[in-house]
Amino acid sequence: MTVNRNTRIAAVVAFLAIVFIAVPVAISASGRFDLYYTLTSVALLSIASAGVWLTFYIGRINIGQGAYALTGGYVSAILVMNHGWSFWLTLPVAGLFCAAASVLIGLPILRLRGVYFAMVTLVLTEVARLLALALPITNGAKGIVSIPLPGALSVFGITLIPDFATLQNSRLAFYLLAVTLMVVCFAIMYRLVNSRIGKLCQSLQQNEELASSIGVNIAYLRVIAYAVSSFFGGVSGAIFAAISQSIYPSSFTVTDSVNFMLNCFLGGLGYVFGPMLGTLVLYFGWDLLFQTGQFQLLIYSGLMIVLMLVLPNGLLSLAEATRKKG
Amino acid sequence: MEQVIANGLYLGAQYALIALGLTLIFALMNVLNFAHGQMYVLGGFITYTVYGQLGLPFVVALLASGVTLAIIGALMEKFLFRTVIRRSHREESTMLLAAATAFFFDAVILLLFGEKQRGVPKIVKGVFNDVGIIMPYDRIVVGALAIVFIAAFVLYMQYSRVGRAMRALAQDRVAAQLMGVRVDRYSMIGFAMGAMLAGVVGGLLVTITGVNSGIGGPISIKAFLMVMIGGAGVVGGAIAGGFILGMMESVGLTVLREYGDVTYLVIFAALMVFLSIRPNGLMGKPWG
Repeated sequence: MTVNRNTRIAAVVAFLAIVFIAVPVAISASGRFDLYYTLTSVALLSIASAGVWLTFYIGRINIGQGAYALTGGYVSAILVMNHGWSFWLTLPVAGLFCAAASVLIGLPILRLRGVYFAMVTLVLTEVARLLALALPITNGAKGIVSIPLPGALSVFGITLIPDFATLQNSRLAFYLLAVTLMVVCFAIMYRLVNSRIGKLCQSLQQNEELASSIGVNIAYLRVIAYAVSSFFGGVSGAIFAAISQSIYPSSFTVTDSVNFMLNCFLGGLGYVFGPMLGTLVLYFGWDLLFQTGQFQLLIYSGLMIVLMLVLPNGLLSLAEATRKKG
Repeated sequence: MEQVIANGLYLGAQYALIALGLTLIFALMNVLNFAHGQMYVLGGFITYTVYGQLGLPFVVALLASGVTLAIIGALMEKFLFRTVIRRSHREESTMLLAAATAFFFDAVILLLFGEKQRGVPKIVKGVFNDVGIIMPYDRIVVGALAIVFIAAFVLYMQYSRVGRAMRALAQDRVAAQLMGVRVDRYSMIGFAMGAMLAGVVGGLLVTITGVNSGIGGPISIKAFLMVMIGGAGVVGGAIAGGFILGMMESVGLTVLREYGDVTYLVIFAALMVFLSIRPNGLMGKPWG
């Protein structure tokens, strides 16, 4: 990457200005308030996809993010509903719970590679759904409904975040929350990938045996990466439960897990910001095609196949190709 | 007891046939074909149209399913998968393509055949009821046909020229190419055969369980399970995995009945434990 420091800072500032100022202004000017919900979903889904991307980065195909998103949603919902916790406290707890679960699950299954790992994680999504159906605490197929909106968060008497229920426009609040988390998440990802650990992860992606023979603790690294990935999944699931104020076993299914993976592919596996772009394009594309009615899925999947044929290395590889030419 | 085993064998025969197609495609191209379940559904609907609607003989319908799917499979390999494998930096990119084709088939099936559950008239009437086993004759016929197809497939892979070429390809692509095997051609034939198997099973099972446009995804997941149990890319493994899953399902549905709908939960949990002990399944090659 030969982009110099100043352009990089300018790009970050421009991005922050767009998501925090330009988008809300544009939406209130155009009166399309429903777009808040769409954009919030994009932000949250891209957090979960970022997690999937991280597992791609260590050379594993992860189709199990739906399981952790579902778990995170349930952990948050149960803590809020049954134990009266504040939503803000349940958010990190949901993430940490998923991370802990993923360490336990990851220790054995991260020994698998290639399609075996992909298929086990796919099965994991089904396991999560069936568990949610079978366990007594999750209330079966009826799910957990009418979860209260997030309350106020105050530290030492200073209100940092107002009670969402008292706000006139809770959509804007959720949008800002989701976008903030997305920015934090991708900042962490960027930092992680460009750190020593990131380089080590890349060595795992290329050749685990070689990395291991040089002295890289591969078992430790891949569990860490998988735990971070699941943490993101859990957090995004928890916020989803809070926004929709409900969670069902079918809230996150195999289709969602596959979609998280597709977001990464579409954006480009070689780029940290790939999952964000991929989610935006896929989610908006799906929404835009809504007008085509019964042909929605046909056109959507057809376009996806064409995209794959033209740009098999992701949308962001386009930028690289033009840079090379220029 | 006899009933449970008979059910397991019947389920196993059809499952094994589903898994064979998936594992063949995987062995040859290293592609995890997400659209396998959708191909199965398509095969089912073609048989439904030809046999159920047009009233032609069942054999013709089965042939039509197999041939149509084989053509679709060949075209998919030639124009989609081959191109992407050539252009992409990472092998896994084919998974996006496979998932996209799965969505595409879902959409096509929904548009062409609607979302209703479809069934066809029974091919054989009557019920077998002896030695403690109750089983409709059509299930026996379908199970036997599935076993015949499996045997034919194995023999074909073992003794024919094409089968030998494909086995060589699965073992080592580069070496096979150096020995003069036309890699592109046999990849295409293999993909076509895998798709054909999916179509034939779909055609067989439409006579018993019927077919609807939503079952493609679940069928794919079951096929993945079987392939994982047996080991990806191994013909014997797919057959073993199919029978094991069929047996587990049959036993689980009987034994775990009083605990509610937990059979698949137990199967999944057992599979994860099993795979953490034997990461390549029963007889898979290392790192598939």
